[in-house]
Amino acid sequence: MSTARYSVGIDLGTTHCVLSYLDLTSADEQALPTVLAIPQLIEPGLIESRTQLASFVYLPHQAEISEGATALPWTAKAEHLVGEVARHLGSKTPIRLVASAKSWLCHNGIDCKQPVLPSEAPEDVSRISPFTASQAYLQHLCDAWNHQFPEHRLQEQNLTITVPASFDPAARELTVEAARSVGLGQAMLLEEPQAALYSWIESNHDGWRDQVTVGDVILVVDIGGGTTDLSLIAVTEQDGNLQLTRVAVGDHILLGGDNMDLALAYTVKAKLETQSGKRLEPWQIQSLTHACRVAKEKLFIQPELDNIPLVIAGRGSSLIGGTLRSELNREELNRVLVDGFLPVVSISDQPVSRARSGLRSTGLVYAQDAAITRHLAGFLSRQLGAAQDLPGIASAEQASFLHPTCVLFNGGVLKANSLSERLLQTLNQWLANEQAPAVRQLQGIDLDLAVARGAAYYGFVRQGKGVRIKGGLAAAYYVGVETAMPAVPGLPPEIEALCIAPLGMEEGASLELPNEEFGLVIGEPVKFRFFGSKTRREDEAGTRLDFWAEDELDELDEIEITLPESGHQPGEVIPVHLSVTASEVGTLELQAISRRDGQRWKIEFDTRLAELI
Amino acid sequence: MNNLPIDLTLQPTTLDLWHVGLAGVAALFLLLFMIALIGWLAARRRARKPVKPEIKVVEKRVEVEKIVEVEKRVQAPAPEPIILKQATDDAALQLLAILQKEARFIDFVNENMTAYSDADIGAAARIVHQGCSKALQEHFVIAPVSTDAEGSRLTLNPGFDAAAFRLTGNIVGEAPFQGVLIHKGWKITRVDLPKLTEGHDPSIIAPAEVEL
Repeated sequence: MSTARYSVGIDLGTTHCVLSYLDLTSADEQALPTVLAIPQLIEPGLIESRTQLASFVYLPHQAEISEGATALPWTAKAEHLVGEVARHLGSKTPIRLVASAKSWLCHNGIDCKQPVLPSEAPEDVSRISPFTASQAYLQHLCDAWNHQFPEHRLQEQNLTITVPASFDPAARELTVEAARSVGLGQAMLLEEPQAALYSWIESNHDGWRDQVTVGDVILVVDIGGGTTDLSLIAVTEQDGNLQLTRVAVGDHILLGGDNMDLALAYTVKAKLETQSGKRLEPWQIQSLTHACRVAKEKLFIQPELDNIPLVIAGRGSSLIGGTLRSELNREELNRVLVDGFLPVVSISDQPVSRARSGLRSTGLVYAQDAAITRHLAGFLSRQLGAAQDLPGIASAEQASFLHPTCVLFNGGVLKANSLSERLLQTLNQWLANEQAPAVRQLQGIDLDLAVARGAAYYGFVRQGKGVRIKGGLAAAYYVGVETAMPAVPGLPPEIEALCIAPLGMEEGASLELPNEEFGLVIGEPVKFRFFGSKTRREDEAGTRLDFWAEDELDELDEIEITLPESGHQPGEVIPVHLSVTASEVGTLELQAISRRDGQRWKIEFDTRLAELI
Repeated sequence: MNNLPIDLTLQPTTLDLWHVGLAGVAALFLLLFMIALIGWLAARRRARKPVKPEIKVVEKRVEVEKIVEVEKRVQAPAPEPIILKQATDDAALQLLAILQKEARFIDFVNENMTAYSDADIGAAARIVHQGCSKALQEHFVIAPVSTDAEGSRLTLNPGFDAAAFRLTGNIVGEAPFQGVLIHKGWKITRVDLPKLTEGHDPSIIAPAEVEL
């Protein structure tokens, strides 16, 4: 990419997107990435530039918006209404609002290219797919950039898009594909917790080397608007230089700041309803949620305040008569948020998961246990051996969980001191119980913008100008293979899990499994069950598992291949073996290779059939 | 009477050519003077433009109570024509729309206050206050004109900006002036109003809402 002038980072978030950039030609090596002010409609007819683009799409009725009211500086009529205008209109008409599209990308059981959103929309709203929504955000960001830098089009810049560390291969592939479809085929993927750490490195310049030493294990806790993302990064040494290796990532936990605001709103709602004896209407709850968010921020910032009055105005033009009054006090805030989301738990606690009801809906799989500390305890216990093979990482005798030595917080939620302190206290308590030293907190990043900034800095690093975090695959991947056993009536055939890609497989590496042969029928779709494991480190490509503990392997969506008929007879069986590549971009590529002539076919992740709908 | 004194009250008793000529010259001068006067007045009227009241949304000025002598302001002759600016309606309408949206400003001001108790008004005032402060923060960068603490003494050097610092009280003598800062003043350092699409009607500051 010799024409690239800028390194651009896009934080494609669940609730908002941020774009940040760094001038690669700048002589100032210490220059901080700049955050782009993104022009967006805030209401029909009004355009404003904001650093965050709200990740919402609104699907208006044709009579709803007057002609020309959706013009943007670069187009007379945008294809989709995205940004603040979508959130604003959608707050009053939720049936037409597409939200959290990103979480749907990582949702097992739906085809992300099928129009399924908004999931609650009535028949005559023409829905869009989660993929289209992601495309719309990227298109808007791309247009905004090209409008501001017509000389340096985004298509020609060094581009990094961040994804949650917990994104599965299909979701990563969909993100890259969405970028490709708007002309951003050069985009690289970067895990969000890594981006946060890059932002920390960049903001500390060379000083970061004095703050960590060989043997440190950095825990990155990123609590955003919609998701909680956990990663462990080990500090090792090579040729006298400090090296960073991402050794483990957590599960995809749909739990974040929005859940907290909602929890507060429902607390106040219960209080209001007992006082007044009347049920609140949906719009009142919405307005209450908004008021709670504002009150929460105030209470967190000003520790001397004890309570904040909450007022919900009526919707009519009579303001004074129609208000509902309540208040949010510190005791409620602590009980609901600090104790509710970050309870003091023991390290042996696991997230509670209730059995799902028999009728599976197609909604998002929100975390069932709201206790982030329990998710963290589960993660650290499961990852006990994550860093044991690395040189210089001393694992304590009889440790029951992996002992981090440093912690980096990211995400708007952790701006609240009482929340980050509680998290730190709990973590240190676990460590103290096992006679381990307390963690050091790494500081100096902007908790809202760090991911985008770190992503911009990553482009700089990719040019060999700074330390690079080694990662590799965050999980090992397996396909389900039927065992050669006589069929037992009434029982599904036993399957074995064949490891096709080991955990930590390096970017750019490629491997083949010549000994595992499959017969594929021309013209017929063949499906494989597909599994991932974030803990099985010792499995190599070709390992077959006939038994595994329930929490070791997560079943992902099936992968599918259909061999085209070109050059073959329909019904013909072709023997193939599999090839796996961990691409530089950050995706996993699966191919079937014909034993006869070496022809290759791509195996798709994204043909998720909507069987459940 | 061979030594006649000059009697100015005398009327010419004879109408000779000399007197006729004198009267003609006087009439001619009078005519020229009249023409010149009319011409000058007309020119002045042309130079004057229709005067409209000056509407400027400017910062609150700093008031510095003057307790030392101040120079007498010399009124410079203003020969140049004065141009007054007319603020556009759109920006004012936009500001009202923002205040209505964020703070229910129009609703509040149009309400009949006498019908409600102070507690009710207080509750509504919270919405208005919270919204107004959000609107101001989002669209303007507001800074004090003077960074000194109110009540402290400050010196205004010659050539100070008289628009930003307003002198009051005992204004005599010459700059530098010593005074007490009564109000620190406000200035807007950045305005960031939303842009309007073509065809957007800014006079609808809050659309009527119809729920289906």
